[in-house]
Amino acid sequence: MLNRTLAPVFKQVEKIQLIKAEPHVLDNNIELYVINGGEQELIRIELIFKNVNWNSAKPLQAYAVNTMLVEGTSKLSAREIAEKIDYYGAFLQLDYNYDYSTVTLFTLTKHLESTLSVVKAVVTDSIFAESELQTFKTNQKQKLLVNLEKNDFLGRRLFSHALFGDTIYGYKTESFDYDKLDRVQLLEYFKSAYQPSNCAIIASGKITDNTIKLLNSCFGSDWDHGPAFTANTFSFNADKGFEHYLERPEALQSAIRLGRVSVNRQHPDFPGLQVLNTVLGGYFSSRLMANIREDKGYTYGIGSAVVSLQNAGYFVIGSEVGAHVCSAAIAEIEKEIKILQTQLIGKEELELVRNYMMGSLLGSLENALSHGDKFKNIFFSGLTYEYYEQYIKVVRNITAEELQQLAIRYLDFSDLQKIIVGKK
Amino acid sequence: MVSYNRFTLDNGLCVLVHEDFTTPMAVVNILYDVGARDENPGQTGFAHLFEHLMFGGSVNIPSYDEPLQRVGGENNAFTSNDITNYYITLPAVNLETAFWLESDRMLSLAFSEKSLEVQKNVVCEEFKQRYLNQPYGDVWLKLRPLVYKKHPYRWATIGKELSHIENAKIEDVKAFFKKFYNPANAIMVVGGAVTTAEVKELADKWFGSIPSSPKPVRDLPAEPQQTVEQREVIKADVPLNAIYTVFHSPARNDQGHYEADLISDILSRGNASRLHVSLVKNKKLFSEIAAHSTGSLDPGLFIIEGKPVKGVSMEDAEAAIWEEINKLKNELVPADELTKVKNKVESTMVFSEMSLLDKAMNLAMFELLGNASDLNKETGRYLQVSAQDIKDRANSVFRKENSTTLYYLAN
Repeated sequence: MLNRTLAPVFKQVEKIQLIKAEPHVLDNNIELYVINGGEQELIRIELIFKNVNWNSAKPLQAYAVNTMLVEGTSKLSAREIAEKIDYYGAFLQLDYNYDYSTVTLFTLTKHLESTLSVVKAVVTDSIFAESELQTFKTNQKQKLLVNLEKNDFLGRRLFSHALFGDTIYGYKTESFDYDKLDRVQLLEYFKSAYQPSNCAIIASGKITDNTIKLLNSCFGSDWDHGPAFTANTFSFNADKGFEHYLERPEALQSAIRLGRVSVNRQHPDFPGLQVLNTVLGGYFSSRLMANIREDKGYTYGIGSAVVSLQNAGYFVIGSEVGAHVCSAAIAEIEKEIKILQTQLIGKEELELVRNYMMGSLLGSLENALSHGDKFKNIFFSGLTYEYYEQYIKVVRNITAEELQQLAIRYLDFSDLQKIIVGKK
Repeated sequence: MVSYNRFTLDNGLCVLVHEDFTTPMAVVNILYDVGARDENPGQTGFAHLFEHLMFGGSVNIPSYDEPLQRVGGENNAFTSNDITNYYITLPAVNLETAFWLESDRMLSLAFSEKSLEVQKNVVCEEFKQRYLNQPYGDVWLKLRPLVYKKHPYRWATIGKELSHIENAKIEDVKAFFKKFYNPANAIMVVGGAVTTAEVKELADKWFGSIPSSPKPVRDLPAEPQQTVEQREVIKADVPLNAIYTVFHSPARNDQGHYEADLISDILSRGNASRLHVSLVKNKKLFSEIAAHSTGSLDPGLFIIEGKPVKGVSMEDAEAAIWEEINKLKNELVPADELTKVKNKVESTMVFSEMSLLDKAMNLAMFELLGNASDLNKETGRYLQVSAQDIKDRANSVFRKENSTTLYYLAN
């Protein structure tokens, strides 16, 4: 007779096999990293440019340039760019985050050559036509108006500003910032940021020697060096934590964000903080979820994260909670943090988190593209693959005592900025 | 091309196996053939609330999530108007844990009062977060009952109103489970680094002894053909006006669905699409506009929604949409444009094969639609659509008397 109360025997995840990036250098010294793997005849090419020349008087320069890269070159209109890419069933994607602006091409291998030429045109010859810029401004301002009605959006932006002030990480975009944009600033930024000496390329998927040749002939020459640029460097002090309350009288739910400036991936404490964060709010059975959702039913979801940026790291807890239970939810968060600081995590729970994190790492390596993402994590932080060996070592071996010390050092409730948008 | 093997247990559980040894992982995807359309009109939102309760412990296992995470696994689920789908990803070496957990909750739940109370709160917060506390969030709560008069698609998956969720009783939960959560009403797909023989053995061991009961018979009222144009105006605290024009459109399994889907691509997929080029870029009437079809299992909807630029009148905005619609009705789509949208469909399909979970979910869905092997014929059904088919479909869908237009105006 089958005993359904007994869990089947299970095995630990022992081995994590990463496909490592192979470095190449194009003729003009652009670094190319190749992650070769996979069954499907597909390729992802990412051109990554650091955000540079931060100037809070022109806060949208980098964002606008990245977003408008598909809006026309001297030879191709916005429509022609899209038509060429679409015709080959490819995808051209623009991504802008705090540290990097990225141009990504996804294509079937057989159409690489035809689509690469469009990418080349976009990163070397965009013109930012006045009429396109006007449309961009109008539409972005409309989007912003809608976002400013969302508590979650307001919470995020107050949080970033509380931590990072008027740097690229914290700047609160207002409608008038769009009005300040003009073609001259965009072209100026485009020339300094989108040049070979500020570019790295990552190619993931089914890559052959021919792919590398194609990439070299496309991006390795005929690309002018632009004016000198200044890297964005910031340093932040972890200020005392304050409450930042934005009242929204009609709110049914309040968006809450609690967090502080912390260390980034380069710091030896980072992997340990990832374990601690998982216990607190990093997975479905985390303490915050178990308490605030699964026991109290205050929210649809609550989570926490440790995030690594180029110039800083930060820790954040985020949720949207019923407006009438907002203060109660924050009190529970405080309680959970206190418990991490004063009581050791039990053996069972710690084992569970270790196993979960290892399974999750294994599961995050689904295809060559995900191996490429793993490489980006370390590349952006100036680290090597040793980081993952260290990470695995920490996940497997960190002790409850060490986690408690990390909680005391990094998670003091009084140090957290506390953003509430809605009602408390 | 996604390959698979199929077998059916004596109790009616259909099992598909997709062997893929390029990954060390496995997925277990279980689709239950029950969705919001199967709900009682006085108890809407129940299928989705029930999905939450499936994580509240089963008859022999007090906690679902924890034992799964302990073996390195993750899971989630979703409910739609048509189906409820549960999925697990875990290291393939620990596959049996997934069978243990899933079979126990197919056997019976713990039916805990505490879990019901808490999940009612959680779902009410979800209702607020996604539908009530967002600008335009309630639009589908308003539109569905306008467009559907008889068919249960007239309510959203989350439910008609909070009170339906608040009033759920444990007896209702038990009855729902008994009716819909049985082996004959489920399709299980196991994929990844697994062999069919191993899956067969585990399926027999863990699911074989679950008692069978008949697959529930679905007898939903068909939506009568719409005969008059409908219009509605709502005012709300939103920053911008919005317009929604909605048409009845063919069901998922109908060839007409593929035509409608390509029409939505022609209209709004990418920066070279018609609505974007004409209405956003050239005429500057809209800041954003999109077209899509729901592709639901019973006849669905074709939706065009957009936000006019401040200062543009709703009437001008609507007329501009109809101008594009009329082009589709009166002129054949140029060959290049049709090839373009078909190529995009084809490559999207190849990209989706990079994800094990996507493959498993797709196999389950196509098995429900009739036969999992149709997944591999899907691209072909798009490719066979001609320019004349597009024109004919546009003429059959885009009729005023088949349309509902909602002006969602800023106060």
